[in-house]
Amino acid sequence: MSSVPLSAFLVTALLLFCMGLYGALTKRNAVIVLISIELMLNAVNLNLVAFAKYGVGASIRGQVFSLFTITVAAAEAAVGLAILIALYRNRATVNVDEMNTLKK
Amino acid sequence: MTGELLVFIILFLVTITGGLLMLNLTKVIHMVMALVLTFLGIAGLYIMLSAEFVAVVQILIYSGAITIIMLFGIMLTKHTEAEPKTGWAKKGVVFTGIVLFFLIMFKGIRTISLGPQAETLHENNTEQIGIMLFTDYVIPFELVSVVLLVALVGAVVLAKKDEEDEKEGEQS
Repeated sequence: MSSVPLSAFLVTALLLFCMGLYGALTKRNAVIVLISIELMLNAVNLNLVAFAKYGVGASIRGQVFSLFTITVAAAEAAVGLAILIALYRNRATVNVDEMNTLKK
Repeated sequence: MTGELLVFIILFLVTITGGLLMLNLTKVIHMVMALVLTFLGIAGLYIMLSAEFVAVVQILIYSGAITIIMLFGIMLTKHTEAEPKTGWAKKGVVFTGIVLFFLIMFKGIRTISLGPQAETLHENNTEQIGIMLFTDYVIPFELVSVVLLVALVGAVVLAKKDEEDEKEGEQS
């Protein structure tokens, strides 16, 4: 039996999500924005696994879902990096506030 | 204080320290390295939640693959030495909004309790996941393989040098 309550894990995930959101909204480097999004996805995974142990009708399904999330996150990181490199070749910048061609 | 609580507090501090370092360091490489600390801490939390297989996958995929792919992204693009600063006004607005979000969510989950916890997750954890993947979730499992293939091909096509564009650029 575990003596750590469910809310402790949820608060950890909430803190991670908030830090990822702050990074994604304030950082100007596109690589850091991508990795902040990964941090937010990690927080979601932590919630899924926590509810797999403590939730209503707890079962292994939460862990299976977190595996699917990890797979999709890896695919997202690869495609994001490819877009970033293609953009760098054309615009020679990685700052998100200089990627404003659609605004002009 | 039980030993389990102590382990949780250590892992919590490791995880949060990695995130805070990521937000406060100035060099991009150091930020990614700080994130490795967070990913390892989360893997430890998974083991505490009796999810050994997910913990190993977390270390392989996040601490290994995603960190390396981000480092490749940093090395293949040119960076100024330090991250350019964002304006204080924008930072303040974003920070206030996130603190409000945190307080509201915290009020909601502070005392949550959803009944008894699962007791059999740690017994043959990988076997349970495998059985579930190949019975109930076999269609999503196959679809995920298609997603990975499309992402692989898409990444290669996107990052490939566009030869036609280059020829046009030379002529003009």
